[in-house]
Amino acid sequence: MVANMELLEVKGLRTYFPLDEGLVKAVDGADFTLYRGKTLAVVGESGCGKSVTAQSILRIVPPPGRIIEGELLYHRYLQDEKNFTMADIIDLSKLNPKGQAIRAIRGNEIAMVFQEPMTSLSPVHTMGNQIIETIMLHQKVSKAEATDRAIDILTRVGMPRPVQTVDAYPFELSGGMRQRGMIAMALSCHPSLLIADEPTTALDVTTAAQILDLMRQLQEELGMAIMYITHDLGVVAEMADETVVMYLGKVVERADVDTLFYNPQHPYTQALLRSIPRITESRRQWLEAIKGMVPDPYNLPPGCPFNTRCQYAHEACETGEPPWVEVEPNHWVRCVLHGEAARNSGRNEGVHV
Amino acid sequence: MTETRNERLLEVNGLRKYFPIRKGFLRKVVGQVKAVDDVSFYVNEGETLGLVGESGCGKTTSGRCILRAIEPTAGEIMFRDREKGWVDIRGLPPEELKRVRQQMQIIFQDPYSSLNPRMTLLQLVGEPMIINQGIRGKEVENRVAELLTSVGLRPEYMRRYPHAFSGGQRQRIGVARALALNPRFVVCDEPVSALDVSVQAQILNLLRELQGNLGLTYLFVAHDLSVVRHIADRVAVMYVGKMVEMATTEELYPHPLHPYTEALMSAVPRPDPRAAKQRIVLEGEVADPANPPSGCYFHPRCRYAEEVCRVETPVLRELKPERFVSCHRAEALSLAGVV
Repeated sequence: MVANMELLEVKGLRTYFPLDEGLVKAVDGADFTLYRGKTLAVVGESGCGKSVTAQSILRIVPPPGRIIEGELLYHRYLQDEKNFTMADIIDLSKLNPKGQAIRAIRGNEIAMVFQEPMTSLSPVHTMGNQIIETIMLHQKVSKAEATDRAIDILTRVGMPRPVQTVDAYPFELSGGMRQRGMIAMALSCHPSLLIADEPTTALDVTTAAQILDLMRQLQEELGMAIMYITHDLGVVAEMADETVVMYLGKVVERADVDTLFYNPQHPYTQALLRSIPRITESRRQWLEAIKGMVPDPYNLPPGCPFNTRCQYAHEACETGEPPWVEVEPNHWVRCVLHGEAARNSGRNEGVHV
Repeated sequence: MTETRNERLLEVNGLRKYFPIRKGFLRKVVGQVKAVDDVSFYVNEGETLGLVGESGCGKTTSGRCILRAIEPTAGEIMFRDREKGWVDIRGLPPEELKRVRQQMQIIFQDPYSSLNPRMTLLQLVGEPMIINQGIRGKEVENRVAELLTSVGLRPEYMRRYPHAFSGGQRQRIGVARALALNPRFVVCDEPVSALDVSVQAQILNLLRELQGNLGLTYLFVAHDLSVVRHIADRVAVMYVGKMVEMATTEELYPHPLHPYTEALMSAVPRPDPRAAKQRIVLEGEVADPANPPSGCYFHPRCRYAEEVCRVETPVLRELKPERFVSCHRAEALSLAGVV
């Protein structure tokens, strides 16, 4: 196993959407790193910017959205025998979103699996043709060879009767099978990074369990990194090595998965963990709900975006941006309770679960 | 059973709903999708019965058949009416049905598509009162204001349209509308699955609070087993149109009796990275209700299946008091639950 080799560094990413109703800061300060062969989970509720972060990496942000600031440093490695040597570093944010350079990466080195397999697959092309197209676009192979590879990859993702399924249209397949097809397409060019945007949310529990197992197993075989976007903390606990929590466009906490669940430091992470019903907890206790609701993206509260719902909110939260603090090695929190000022005044006492 | 019948509010016996499959120019019926196939259960007054299963198992269809939002194919739906005592919802003439239905309401899954965008809150919540209770004007407004307050919305908002509200608030509007006629029985059809995690807890707490205050009885249809454990007193598990198990929540989760229940519970990802990750991953897909397998519908995916499971269809039987299961091998198996 390759020890923590950086694959993608996201630094100070800001992606804004200038709309008629106002400026939506969909991603407003995201910092994290993806490592080779590891899984990073991006957790957050709808509208927190987790999907736009993924779109920014692939440079497929729908207009009028634009990356305003930040770096997306993609490390490209060369493989010989068993050794990886870093070839070069590409800043994805500087590439032309329609240019050759990004198109050579998109779908090839970085691939994506979307949430709803029915809407992201073409209904008028067979499953096989869609995979073959991807392979032929990125690799110089004949159609026959691409077909063989498509069947091979469909076998790998556990598609029953892959030789027949190659000629099936998406509507002929069940939800779980379609999602396997999507994953097959994403993996067809052996990407070094797979971005999975809520790949199991639309599926049933037992099917979701199959897909999660499949992704873990493929990761072991192919050694790719996975950026796993989800709102389900159960999935995070099962899949992730590292986690990033987002709230209203900002990464509010970043830690390894064990730390996140056992020593969360941001009030939002803490509240989220307390509010979910757990299958292991017996019934009839009141849930500790987070008060209020996610603010409207057109008029965010000043200061920390969570200050309207935070149980520790005080004056300092409404003025200025909360600091991005490393509370312990590799554990970052964006909260005034952990800033220099707070540490001096003893404000951060009492923040624990 | 007759003596406990007084506490019961609803009893469903042998409920069936078949949807015909039509083909060709003459729309000839070539088959039946057995969405609900001989389902029986009961709900006691003041309790919550969780109805769980995967998509296509017939849980929503069952909920809607009870209200006769869709017409059941066969079966008996006994409801204890405020005035007339036990009535069979299926046999009621339209006038009677309209009256009895005031006591039975539904909360829908998707708060975006279930509220008419061209009606204000006052109209949405007030309409059932105007139609059924014949009250008008100020009286409706007062009652709507009262309801909105009880579900945690500001009464000043009653002249606004649904688009001005977030998902969680819209679901509160849906709850207020369901409560407009003082129902006794509410079908909650996946009421939190379309909501964000941080808002789910608020709605679950609200439903519990209202149940306590108003003495409501819920049929809580959901696929999320964690949510159901939290809210339900008893749980019924469905698979491909059949009920496979029914028990109290305390019994079902730690001691499931049906292999499907066991697999379903083990498939739920636990929000705890230190939890043991041993999952029963079911092979294959949910059976097709238009062309179900022979014998027990679950046998092709069941790891305990034997010859008898392939041949004979098991019936739902009461193994112990309040403990129903439809599995040939229920006595022989010792299954793992969640503690």
